[in-house]
Amino acid sequence: MSEDRKYDRVAYYPGCALEGTGHAYNRSTKAVGKALGLKLDEVKNWNCCGAMEVKNIDPKIQTYLSSRVMSIAANEMGHDVVMAPCNGCYHNLKKAEYDLEHDGGSQEVVDRLSTKAGHETYKAGQVETIHALDWIKDGIGEDGLKAKIKNSLQGVKIANYYGCMYTRPRHIFPEKDKGSGSDSTSEPHFMDDLLAAAGAENVDFPLKTACCGGAHTLSDSDISTKLVLNILEAAEAGGADVIATECPTCHTGLEMHQIRAEKRLGRKTSVKILYFTQLLGIALGLSARKVGVHENVSDSRGFLKEKGLA
Amino acid sequence: MPIHEQSLIRPENIKTHDKLEIDGIDVSGHWSTFIESRVVTDYNEAMEDEIAALPGGEFIHRCWQCGSCTNSCTVNAVNPDFNPRYWIYLIRTGMESELLRDKDIIWQCISCNKCTYACPRDVEPEGVMKATAHWLEKKGHTPKSPSIIFDEIFAEQVIARGKIEESSIIRQFLKRTGQPLMQDWLVAMARGLLMKLPVGLMRRMGLAVLFRPRTSGWSKARAALEEYVEECEREQRRALGLGDGKPE
Repeated sequence: MSEDRKYDRVAYYPGCALEGTGHAYNRSTKAVGKALGLKLDEVKNWNCCGAMEVKNIDPKIQTYLSSRVMSIAANEMGHDVVMAPCNGCYHNLKKAEYDLEHDGGSQEVVDRLSTKAGHETYKAGQVETIHALDWIKDGIGEDGLKAKIKNSLQGVKIANYYGCMYTRPRHIFPEKDKGSGSDSTSEPHFMDDLLAAAGAENVDFPLKTACCGGAHTLSDSDISTKLVLNILEAAEAGGADVIATECPTCHTGLEMHQIRAEKRLGRKTSVKILYFTQLLGIALGLSARKVGVHENVSDSRGFLKEKGLA
Repeated sequence: MPIHEQSLIRPENIKTHDKLEIDGIDVSGHWSTFIESRVVTDYNEAMEDEIAALPGGEFIHRCWQCGSCTNSCTVNAVNPDFNPRYWIYLIRTGMESELLRDKDIIWQCISCNKCTYACPRDVEPEGVMKATAHWLEKKGHTPKSPSIIFDEIFAEQVIARGKIEESSIIRQFLKRTGQPLMQDWLVAMARGLLMKLPVGLMRRMGLAVLFRPRTSGWSKARAALEEYVEECEREQRRALGLGDGKPE
């Protein structure tokens, strides 16, 4: 029974993007936590996890950066769960956990760098890293969520977009693909489940885990624009009003390349782009402003008004 | 002689004859089967080991050429010349000149990890692509790709301050790659935000420029990381047989 509320108070790792372009995700995640009674203690004096870039200089630097965040949560704050809403952060903490468990060389480098940097080192198993999706799905569950819905998303058609880093590569997510109750790496559904509980209609969307080109959003923009356009057009073809996102890089990439596709390829799409936490927040009765809809580049205010949600 | 299956069907190998008669039969037109025979003598036998010594390339030897990587590849769907399976084959057989034909697109791997997900042999082809792109640069075959320039700017900022600030990364990237700051899409994005007047966001971005985010007490971590990066760089140069890869 107590299992239902296992994430009542967790360490919160927002990461760099949530303090910049992804601020609406930060704001809406905190607001949803508050509305659901889930407490977040921000990791003290955190650092960047290395995102998608630092591993290309050397993967173990990224392992160290991610391990420092987990070390602070565990050793300085006494937490055993870290929640990261950003797919990049979530992925890197998971990857560091996997590497530290399976590769002695990684542990040796992390120990050495931690000692030199003057903090306690991180050992595999000290914390469990979860995504904001796990946090709500396993912390509250669909029934718990349903009981708190004040403003049903009925009539809103959603394409749930998970991107790459929530599911790939499979081996760093040992808790997934465990059947009922776990999320799937090939057909993820946690976001679908939560938004359905909030009353929305999830459309058939085959590009759930397609790549938005986020890693090369600036360095190879034309390919990224094509990849995003595929995603936007597939969502529209499926009849979606909104693409729900759960990653600031994907979200910003979709917004940026939606504009770019129109400017460079003359292809206009009208599907709206919102963080799943913004949609859940609105369903929980929070105002559009409270969940940061005004901070999105893609303007959904008119759409939300039309649906009676703002 | 190994069969370079791709070279057989390249447009430049198609022979066109306006008037060709063989044994009294008119066979004028385009023919892709007139292959000039070639004996390969320029194998680079060190190439596989060198790429395997770079981060990400470690498991290239496991490949059994099933093609799951190319089949699942995001970039291949946009550009059919982007062919991880073929490049792994060329690297493993030492066919350097054939690999170099594609040297300018290998960096375009987007790291979506669909290949790593699909690979039955845990080759981790995404890592192999990154290692190959690095190898091409370090060996002087290609200039620094925009992707590497971006990675370097990003890593420099993380190592220096512990955190990154997105707008300064964008500005530095556009500057280092010689692109104008006033990109039409960037202007349109900024305009979209300004129209909604999110004062908080503007203030935050403004403050972020003035007071760049940083992790406090980072100086020791910075020194440790800088030292480690140098160590990695030295090791990589040594593995590639490049000049200054001296042991410590």
